[in-house]
Amino acid sequence: MRRRMTLLPRLLLEVAMLLALTSAMASAEELSPQRKGELRNLIMQDCGSCHGMTLKGGLGSALRPVDLDGVEEETIARIVLDGVPDKPMPPWRGLLSDSEALWIAHALKAGVVK
Amino acid sequence: MRILRLITFLAALTAYCLAAAAQSQLRGTGDLGIVIERANGSVCVVDTSARAILSCVEGFGDLSHASAVFSRDQRYAYVFGRDGGLTKVDLLEQRIVKRVLQAGNSIGGAISDDGKLIAVSNYKPGGIKVFDAETLNQVADIPASYGADGERSKTVGLVDAPGRRFIFTLYDAGEIWMVDFAEPGEPQITKIGRAGKLPYDALITADGRHYIAGLFGEDGLAHVDLWRSPARIERVLDGYGKGEAKMPVYKMPHLEGWALAGGQFILPAVGHSELLALDAETFKEAGRVKVHGQPVFAIARPDGRQVWVNFAHPLNDTIQVVDVPTLKVVHEFKPGPAILHMEFTPRGHEVWVSVRDANKVEIYDARTFEKRGELEMRKPSGVFFAARANRIGL
Repeated sequence: MRRRMTLLPRLLLEVAMLLALTSAMASAEELSPQRKGELRNLIMQDCGSCHGMTLKGGLGSALRPVDLDGVEEETIARIVLDGVPDKPMPPWRGLLSDSEALWIAHALKAGVVK
Repeated sequence: MRILRLITFLAALTAYCLAAAAQSQLRGTGDLGIVIERANGSVCVVDTSARAILSCVEGFGDLSHASAVFSRDQRYAYVFGRDGGLTKVDLLEQRIVKRVLQAGNSIGGAISDDGKLIAVSNYKPGGIKVFDAETLNQVADIPASYGADGERSKTVGLVDAPGRRFIFTLYDAGEIWMVDFAEPGEPQITKIGRAGKLPYDALITADGRHYIAGLFGEDGLAHVDLWRSPARIERVLDGYGKGEAKMPVYKMPHLEGWALAGGQFILPAVGHSELLALDAETFKEAGRVKVHGQPVFAIARPDGRQVWVNFAHPLNDTIQVVDVPTLKVVHEFKPGPAILHMEFTPRGHEVWVSVRDANKVEIYDARTFEKRGELEMRKPSGVFFAARANRIGL
């Protein structure tokens, strides 16, 4: 049986979660709708060269939400920015900002790019 | 009422005659080709003489990576899609004849010299599968198993070789294998040897003699001379990037278009803004050309005098043309965002260029560089002309 939280702690928890979420998204929110569109195209077309346009994988690994289950957005963003040593995954730092990489990580995990 | 009936009859008669006329209109397919529409899973059948789209056909699945080979009679194209789909399309009727989903994830394929077998190179499950070109029924399944626990390697660089053979490279295992279908019964598999770290693609020369695999994990290439018996691997251009910082590669180079031009192979370096020239006799370095960015395709005009080069993201809006005898860039232009592929007409009078993010294919005079036409297509990528049917390794 699930224990019902009393109202106050539950409210606090929700506020905390909301704050955490907004701070994580804050940097991503700076991106213009146009830039997000460009990034969506980049994911499908350019990441898609190796990971498949539907992100089911190719030379690179599959990147659907189910494949990224349990992987932190920050970890994904770091791989995007720094690449994988000795593997074809290149570092995108210089072409993508930190917040853009984080937005891509978020978009991949949320499955908003199909 | 009678007049109405007469009109209906005449209309029906006209329609019948038109249909009959259309059916009896004969034409060859030697100047036809296909263009992959990457985002829609469709393929446009094109006429290179009329510089026109005949018809775009849907239903090819995920074509985010795709390539094609052609039947010996040049009527059919076999399209290899990312999703493991092998689709046979009729260029005359512009319709899909047959489609099989033969793996979960694939990269390319080849057709045997007798036109009877279609081989497909797969990532998942790793290996190659071979099909009857007529029916697309499976003829052989060759898992690329390696190591102690028999893991399956992704395969790349699958080409046809003379004598009903296919050669391919194991990406994860770093090996080159050959499979021989010359005799009836079980195909003979020969593991030629170790190529090096992370071979990403390969080609066979137009005479069917030299198979060359490019390496991502090392500066160097693996060369197999098929005229030698037994065939073995020799490393060439080892350490070509020595002392230079490797730059990130945002798109893997492709080796299918490597030119044997003026006695040398011109091919993309990996991680360097350079083309490498390899002497076709000695297999030693014959020179280098500094280019605009990471080359993706270096494709020789069929006469071999010039090589056209496109580049990886983010410099993929540019084409450079290299003069082979002098190894100098003689022309540069920017057709538009995301140039993915270039295909010459068989004797090289024109070249078709796919400009993905402009949603068009542009057609250029391959000598004057003047634009001759442009066709609207949706995210076009690979351009493949039916004349490939007559070329070893394409």
